[in-house]
Amino acid sequence: MNGPVIELESVSCLLSGRTVLDAVDLKVREGDLYAVIGPNGGGKTTLLKVILGLLPASSGTVRVFGTDPRKARSRIGYVPQYRTFDFRYPLTVEEMVLSGRLGLVPGLVRRFSEKDRKAARKALERTAILHLSRRPICDLSGGEQQRAIIARALVGEPDLLILDEPMVYVDMPTELQLFDMLKALKDEMTVLLVTHDIGAISTNVTRVACLNGKIFTHDTSEISEEMLTAAYHCPVDLIAHGIPHRVFRDHGRVG
Amino acid sequence: MMLSILGFEFFRNAVAAGLMASIVCGIIGSFVIVKRLVSLSGGLAHAAFGGVGLGYFLGVDPFLGAAGFTLAIALLIGTIREKFGQYMETLTGVVWAAGMATGILFIALTPGYAPELFGFLFGNILLIPSEDLIIMGILALGILLIVTAGFNQLVAVTFDEEYARVMNLPVTALLLLLLMLIAFSVIVLLRVVGIILVIALLTIPPAIAREYSGSMRSMMCLSVLAAAGCTIGGLFLSYVMNVPSGATIILLATLGYGLMLFERWMAGRRTQGAAG
Repeated sequence: MNGPVIELESVSCLLSGRTVLDAVDLKVREGDLYAVIGPNGGGKTTLLKVILGLLPASSGTVRVFGTDPRKARSRIGYVPQYRTFDFRYPLTVEEMVLSGRLGLVPGLVRRFSEKDRKAARKALERTAILHLSRRPICDLSGGEQQRAIIARALVGEPDLLILDEPMVYVDMPTELQLFDMLKALKDEMTVLLVTHDIGAISTNVTRVACLNGKIFTHDTSEISEEMLTAAYHCPVDLIAHGIPHRVFRDHGRVG
Repeated sequence: MMLSILGFEFFRNAVAAGLMASIVCGIIGSFVIVKRLVSLSGGLAHAAFGGVGLGYFLGVDPFLGAAGFTLAIALLIGTIREKFGQYMETLTGVVWAAGMATGILFIALTPGYAPELFGFLFGNILLIPSEDLIIMGILALGILLIVTAGFNQLVAVTFDEEYARVMNLPVTALLLLLLMLIAFSVIVLLRVVGIILVIALLTIPPAIAREYSGSMRSMMCLSVLAAAGCTIGGLFLSYVMNVPSGATIILLATLGYGLMLFERWMAGRRTQGAAG
């Protein structure tokens, strides 16, 4: 059997003097739908950037597919949280999705082939926006934008999909559809997602961790009160109430 | 009868220069607008003045001096941004003024006076020497070839730099290439509208085109058309009215920009009316 898809061993990360990640251990195995939850500023995006090789770890080792993250990137699809780009960029939906394959296109000129276009159509189909492929991206609604970003991550047919707060920009019905989509994708690739919204964790996740600088996990899909209290430093019921998918076992009021 | 002026070589040169400038500002200007490098482009254009001064001082063709100097400054900016993490905006401010200062200093140090100074500052499309036209042509062709070959990668890196990095594209090299292309464009436009007005030609036609484009290709094509309308139209107008050509071209472009805003405002009212 293969080794873990992602393996972090006591990884620390300092950003402008502040310890954002503190001796984080993480093991994501093949076929996982792994969710990392934690408060804003808890280091979730930093964790993903370290896994993607966009930020160097200050100490510890990071291995993705058993190798350096930079070498593993061609097998990763990434759905960023922060819009590092402008949806007013003159680009059609198909062109945007196709651009996600550019790293796989060989040669100096990197022309797209029929195979690339086919992959783009497939990714658009999976995210249910094939009918929008000729539209300029500036005409998309928030939910459609999110689908386009996911399609761009899928177009390279990755073995690992990394999503940063994928539900932030979408409404409730879209959120449920996106979860169905992730569930379907889980059979083909390993999925790692981070979110600050515990309500976004469906019962389909295989493993959960809480991150607030340090990481807390039982290596199962269960979120325990102690994990949450440790990560959030606040009574659990404040965050646990009113969530659509209850992942907690019944618990009494804390505090 | 107005077309009879096309019989003059200087006028045919001017039309050729105007068309080359249009192609360049349509293509590179589109990247400048979407990547928000407008002020950087203004900075590079003014830095070119340092090259003009250096050219006079060293006894080299000042146009060639400007070309070399601007290219060097573009590469320097890109490297400093990468190595020292400085804001592009800060570097723009520095090279903008430092370039002008270099030019002033070297011109003062050069004995005699610099005859074409006014032409470099404000441009004169009617007085472009044939040698400079050849340099412009080579640069324009180079820009066209490089953008055609690197189109997909330049779009990817100007659209989403971080994702381009995740895809292992040579992001640093591509951004340096883009700065070089802007430097080349500045040089091509220099003779047409002058150092002070280059920024307008790199900005206004693509800004108009953007409003009517759903893809980068269409934005570039529309920008070239809009720029050609401004340069050729401005050229004829300035000739007929006997006023400076660079200023006429820019004011015509500004008028076009105003018309675009008005059209957008009207379109907005129409859709509101239809919805209400």
